[in-house]
Amino acid sequence: MTRSTFGPALQRGATVSVVVAIVLWCLAPFYWTVITSLKSANAIYYSPTTYLPEPIDLASWVKVVTLSRFQGALMNSAIVATCVTVVSLLLGSICAYAIARLRFPGKDIVLTIVLAVSMFPGIAIISPLYLQFRDWDLINNKLALILPGVTFTLPVCIWTLTAFFRDLPRELEEAAYVDGASRVQTFVQVIAPLAAPGVFTTAILLFIASWNEFLFARTFMSKVEQVTAPVAIAQFEGADIAAVTPWGEISAAAVATTIPLVILVLVFQRRIVAGLTSGAVKG
Amino acid sequence: MTATAPHFEAPPVRAPRRSVQALLEARFAALLVAPAMAVIALVAFYPLGHALWLSLWKINLRFANTPWVFVGLGNYVDAITDDARWLNALRVTLTITFTSLLAEFVLGMIFALVMNQSFKGRALVRASVLIPWSLTTVVSARMWQVIYHASYGVFNRILVDIGLIDAYKPWIISPVFTIWAMIGADVWKTTPFVALLLTAGMQLIPGELYEAAAIDGATAWDRFWRITFPLLRPTMLVALLFRMIDVFRMLDLPFVLTGGGPGQATETLSLYTYRVIFTDLKFGGGSALAVLTFLMILGSAFIFIRVLGAPVAGAESER
Repeated sequence: MTRSTFGPALQRGATVSVVVAIVLWCLAPFYWTVITSLKSANAIYYSPTTYLPEPIDLASWVKVVTLSRFQGALMNSAIVATCVTVVSLLLGSICAYAIARLRFPGKDIVLTIVLAVSMFPGIAIISPLYLQFRDWDLINNKLALILPGVTFTLPVCIWTLTAFFRDLPRELEEAAYVDGASRVQTFVQVIAPLAAPGVFTTAILLFIASWNEFLFARTFMSKVEQVTAPVAIAQFEGADIAAVTPWGEISAAAVATTIPLVILVLVFQRRIVAGLTSGAVKG
Repeated sequence: MTATAPHFEAPPVRAPRRSVQALLEARFAALLVAPAMAVIALVAFYPLGHALWLSLWKINLRFANTPWVFVGLGNYVDAITDDARWLNALRVTLTITFTSLLAEFVLGMIFALVMNQSFKGRALVRASVLIPWSLTTVVSARMWQVIYHASYGVFNRILVDIGLIDAYKPWIISPVFTIWAMIGADVWKTTPFVALLLTAGMQLIPGELYEAAAIDGATAWDRFWRITFPLLRPTMLVALLFRMIDVFRMLDLPFVLTGGGPGQATETLSLYTYRVIFTDLKFGGGSALAVLTFLMILGSAFIFIRVLGAPVAGAESER
């Protein structure tokens, strides 16, 4: 008797506390960064630290937002990530379509190659790429980031899109063939519009992956005007280079770099989860 | 999707026509696959071959015109037998890999078991879980530097407030704590990915199994170990494989959070290799270290796929 009335309540209580713990665990560090970015310099270097910014001080934000080096870095990141996403989608979508829908010899080899690329540590090819790009005069050129960026986002692009293409109803393509459409027409006029949601989801995943890239950007971009946001944040010494580590400005820069991604993630969370898991978990 | 095939494949086709069809289809497929494969060949495989070639030489770019000296496998032998710093990096990397994976999977499983239930606020949980996942590693490294700070970090303040420690600790500048602090930061960021994969895997398990088990009087504990865990094995293997690959080549986090220090306490294989190449400018020796890292990842992945049977695209034929 007691069990049936008490059990569910207890279980619900346990679930609620675990849920609260999970949300806290996920958000607390980010929350703390926001708080730090809103503190005055004095408050940041006060020990023990205070849990709230009292009073709220926007000085760090003003400094970071008006810092042209940082604006430039955000712009560089946006350009590189957009180019990588577009090129990777173009190459990846046709490749994924072939894998999902066509029968051809060597499909296993293609899949194995894609899998092998996903295992490459960036470090394994950094020395030859550096020598190559130096010879081609690509150091400090965005191409030096876009080329490896495209290559290393291709596996995720191909897996995710293959999963999406496989889930499209086959009848529509077949109807198009029956109506006399060529394979290219079918792909462009029938498949591409149907796959748009999948392509969009994949684009978000690729953009985030590319936005986060550090190793190649750190290595191939030596000029301050050419670095991307992650490199700028890693090397951030603040508006006033002589001062102590400017934790407030670093926190503001970290939040500023993250906001576009957080908005993207919150708006499209359902799609992102579906895209993230579709390549790896099979139904 | 599986039920659609007969409708279209049914009309009998004469043999020669079918082979022409197949040929056309294969030609079209080759056309579609070629651009991606060409980029991969040029920007991944050619450089890898080049790295193998470089790894056979002693190359020092510090001084212009230093001649390259061919040493064959000498760089590899030096690394394995004579490079204490490389062996240290290997030990650090293995420690991080085992600990991180274990923690991520235990926590990720708890997250997934919760997220797999229906309750109010599930969307909130999913949204919060995606935040650490979406953060740039460099950004999260900077965040944790502030949090772990020895004198004004909030981590110290919280631990003192709840009475776990009685004095502030230098979390990321101490030879004892730093590696664990770094693992904590990594686990924080990557647990969500594991949790999302495991949740997706759990949703594939038919609900009837649990209902039947409940009727038979199985406890929640039994249901987890007898149904969820075994049926989740393929998902877990895939998630473990991808996380293993990522942790084993970890570079950004130690690069920014600790610089590999104090001393070499958190210097991973990738970070040490990077320094040999770009600080010491030893492109030959560094390439050998990079190839060794790749081989170790390849070897572990082979075990996951071929021995344990992780169902990865490319490791199996058409489903």
